[in-house]
Amino acid sequence: MSLSHLPRFAKRGLAALLAVGALVAAAPASAQSNVLRVVPHSNLAVLDPIWTTAYMSRNHGYMIYDTLFGTDEKGQIKPQMVESWTVSPDNRLYTFKLRKGLVFHDGQPVTGEDAIASIERWGKRDAMGSALMQFVSRMDSPAPDTFRIFLGEACGFVFEALGKPGSSVPFIMPKRIASTDPFKQIEEHIGSGPYVFKRDEFKPGDKAVYLKFDKYVPRSEPPSGTTGGKRVYVDRVEWNLALRDTQAQLAALQKGEVDIVESLAFDLYEQAKKDPNLQLPVYSNVGLQYMARFNHLHKPFDNPKIRQAAIAAFSQEPFLRAQVGVKELYKACPSMFMCNTPYGVTNGSELQAKGGMRRAQELLKEAGYDGTPVVIMKPTDLVTITKLPDVAAQLLRQAGFKVDLQAMDWQTLVGRRAKKDAPTAGGWHMFLTAWTAHDVWSPISNPTMDTRGEKSVWFGWATDDQMPKLRDQFMRATDEGEKKKLAGAIHARAFEIGTHAPLGEFQQPMAARKNISGFFIHNSNIYWNLKKTGN
Amino acid sequence: MLAFLGRRLLSTIPVLLIVSVLVFLMLRLTPGDPAAILAGDQATVEQIAQIRTNLGLDRSIPEQYFIWLGHLLQGDLGQSFYYKTDVVSLIGQRLEPTLSLAAITICIAVAIAVPLGVLAAWRHGGWLDRLLMGFSVMGFSVPVFVLAYLLIWTLSMKLGWLPVQGYKRIGDGIGAWIYQLVLPSITLSVIYVALIARVTRASVLETLGEDYVRTARAKGLPEVKVLLRHALANAAVPIVTVIGIGIALLIGGVVVTESVYAIPGLGRLTVDAVLARDFPTIQGVILFFSFVYVVVNLLVDLSYVFFDPRIRY
Repeated sequence: MSLSHLPRFAKRGLAALLAVGALVAAAPASAQSNVLRVVPHSNLAVLDPIWTTAYMSRNHGYMIYDTLFGTDEKGQIKPQMVESWTVSPDNRLYTFKLRKGLVFHDGQPVTGEDAIASIERWGKRDAMGSALMQFVSRMDSPAPDTFRIFLGEACGFVFEALGKPGSSVPFIMPKRIASTDPFKQIEEHIGSGPYVFKRDEFKPGDKAVYLKFDKYVPRSEPPSGTTGGKRVYVDRVEWNLALRDTQAQLAALQKGEVDIVESLAFDLYEQAKKDPNLQLPVYSNVGLQYMARFNHLHKPFDNPKIRQAAIAAFSQEPFLRAQVGVKELYKACPSMFMCNTPYGVTNGSELQAKGGMRRAQELLKEAGYDGTPVVIMKPTDLVTITKLPDVAAQLLRQAGFKVDLQAMDWQTLVGRRAKKDAPTAGGWHMFLTAWTAHDVWSPISNPTMDTRGEKSVWFGWATDDQMPKLRDQFMRATDEGEKKKLAGAIHARAFEIGTHAPLGEFQQPMAARKNISGFFIHNSNIYWNLKKTGN
Repeated sequence: MLAFLGRRLLSTIPVLLIVSVLVFLMLRLTPGDPAAILAGDQATVEQIAQIRTNLGLDRSIPEQYFIWLGHLLQGDLGQSFYYKTDVVSLIGQRLEPTLSLAAITICIAVAIAVPLGVLAAWRHGGWLDRLLMGFSVMGFSVPVFVLAYLLIWTLSMKLGWLPVQGYKRIGDGIGAWIYQLVLPSITLSVIYVALIARVTRASVLETLGEDYVRTARAKGLPEVKVLLRHALANAAVPIVTVIGIGIALLIGGVVVTESVYAIPGLGRLTVDAVLARDFPTIQGVILFFSFVYVVVNLLVDLSYVFFDPRIRY
C-alpha cells in the first residue's frame, strides 16, 4: 500500500499517530511478558465463592484459596492442603494433618481452626456441605496443624465433599473471615492459594488482578484437575472483564492484546482453529451437559408419564447440532451423571436413547394429555443455550404437545423459575440450561436428584418418596462398589419418574496464543502451571 | 440572567423527582429477581429468599422507595446489589472513560462536520454537497457495530495501526489514552459527523439567503469572511443545540461501542446493571443521566446569548 499520494500534512499526521502508537505499544511490551492476560467467560461481581454459586466467583476462589482435597482429571479425590489423614475403623472419626509451610497471604500460618471455620461456613451454604454436616457431630483442632471431624453416623462421602471441585468449593479461609455470617458476603479476600488478589486494582466490570504468591508451597505431584502442584510461572494474571463481545475477543487474541479467551463462541471455533498463532487447548475431558428441566408441580408435567413422553421425544442429537454445531465438540450421552465420570451409569436411559417420537406419542396418548400448552422459557440473550428451547418446542410439537414458547432475557428466566405459581399466573413448565460435569456427576451434588417436592433445593420441585431413600443409602455407603450400584439405582429411578431430560454433552472451547504453554486437564477455569514466552 | 439560572436549576428538582419515581416503579414491575441472579445457578429457593430479605426486597415498594429517597437526599445513591460498592463510586469509576470517549468523539465530529456542512451549503447542489448528503445517509444507516468490526478489521487487524480493544486512563499518559480511544471515537463520530454536518448545511444554507449576507458580499467582503463571520455565526444556534444533544447522548452511554471496544464506561455499567437487575445502580445512573441532560440543556441555552445577542434571559 503506497502513501505517496497523500498530502504532506496527512503524512505528518499519520506519522505522528503511528509514532505515538509505537511508543505506547512498545512501552508495556517488556513489562507484559510475564503478565497473563485472560478474558474470562463472564463478569466477576461477587468475591465470596461461598455466598454465591456463580462460576466466576468459584474461579476467583481457585485463584486465591486452596482446598483440603481436590479432584483429579479421573475424578479421584486427592489431598491438597492435607498431608496425611487417618480414619477410625468405624468410619466415624477423621483426623487430618495439614502440610507444612501453608500460610495465608497476610503471613499467618494455616491452622486446623481455619479449616474447621471454613468447613462450617461452607456447610451452611452448599448442598453437599449441608448433607455432610448432617452426619458431623463436632469438629476440633487438637494441634495447630491438625483437625478432626467426628461423625454421629458413618457416611461415605467425606472426601468427596471436601474435595468437591464444583460450586460451592470448600475453600479454606482464615478463621476470622470464615466466621462471617454465611448469608453475608466476606469483606476480606485473603487465602492461602497460589495467587494474591489485588483488591486495590479490582474494578468491577473492568478488570481483576492477581499476583503470584511467593510463599505458596506447591505439592510435588504434577497438576491434574484441582489437585497436584499449583506452580505459578507468571508474575501477574489480569482478567479482562470489559471485553464481552465475542468477535472482539477473538480479534484481540489474534492481535496479541490478550493471551487466553476462556470461552470461545462456537461460531468462531473454525476461524480460531485456522489461525497459525492460536491454539485451542484441551482442558476438559468431561465437559458440560445440557438439560431440560420440568416443573413437577403443575399439569401436564405433574404426570410422570407425560414427563416420560417428553424425555422420549428429546433425542439429543438435534439439540447438540443446533446449539453447538461443531461435531468434534459434542457427543450424545445417556447418563444424567455424564459419561466418563466416576458415576457415569446409564441405567434406565433406554427411555430416551431408544425412545423416539413414536414412543413419545404413545406415552402421551396413554397419559391422557389434555392439551394444556407447555410454557417453555427461552432466554434470548444467553447465546450458549438460546437455541435449545426452539428445538425442544419443535420436538414436543411433533410428539403431540401444545407449546407456548416465551422469549425473555436470562435474568428474567432466573427470577421466574423460582416461582411456584401456575404457568398461567407467571409460572413455567420447562426451562433448559447447561451444567459443568462437577455439578452433576455425583448423585449427592446433582440438584435434580432432590425429589422432596416443594422442599427440594432446586427449581422444578420433583416429588418422589423412593429417591431420597436411595440417596440416603448412597450417602451412608462406604464401599465404592456399593456406591456405584446405588448410583445406578438412583439413575434408573430418575428416568422412571422423569426428573429431567439430559440433552447431551459438549466441550466449551478455549482459545490461547501459541506462546502460552502448560495447559492440563482441570475441567474448570484454572490459571496455574501456565508459562508465557515472549508476547 | 442569574434569576434565569436559579429558576432553571430549581426546575431540575421536580424533574429528577419524577424520574426517580418512574424509574423506581418501572424497575420493580420488571420481571427478574436480583436475589436469584446474585445467588447463582445452583442456589436453593431458601437461599434466594434469604438474600431477598437481606437486600430489603421483601419490603413494600413505597417503603423501599422512601428508604432510598431518604438516602438520596443525603447524597447517597445506595449500594450496588451486584458489586457491593457505593453507586456513587461506581459512577465515578466509569465516568472518565465515558467522558473521554464523548470528548474525543465530539471534537472529531465538530472538527469534520462543521467545515463540511459550511462547504456543502456554500457549494449547494454541487458534487461536494451531494457527496456529503450521501455520506450522511450512510452515516445514519450503518449500524455502529458493523462499522466497529470493519474498522477493527482494517485498522487493527490488517494494518496493525491501532489496538482492537481496551482503555487506558488519562493518568497512564496522554499518548496511551488517545491511542486507545482513536478507533472507538472514529466509530462513534461517524453518526455525529453525519448529523452535525446536515444541520450545519441546512442552517448555513438558510443564512446564506439572508439580506445581511447579500449586503456583506455587495460590500466586497472575502467569501471566507462572509461564510464564517456572517453565515456560520448566525447559523450557530441550531448547530450548538445539536452538538449539546450529542454530548448528552454520548455521556448517557454508548453501549455498543463500549461493548465492542471493551471500554468500561457508563453505558456498559448500565447494561450490566439492567441485566443483573441491580436496582440501586440503575436508579443511580438514570438519575445521573437525567441530571446531565438538564445541565447540558441549560448550558446550551446559556450559549445562545453568546451566539445571538438578541436572546436575553
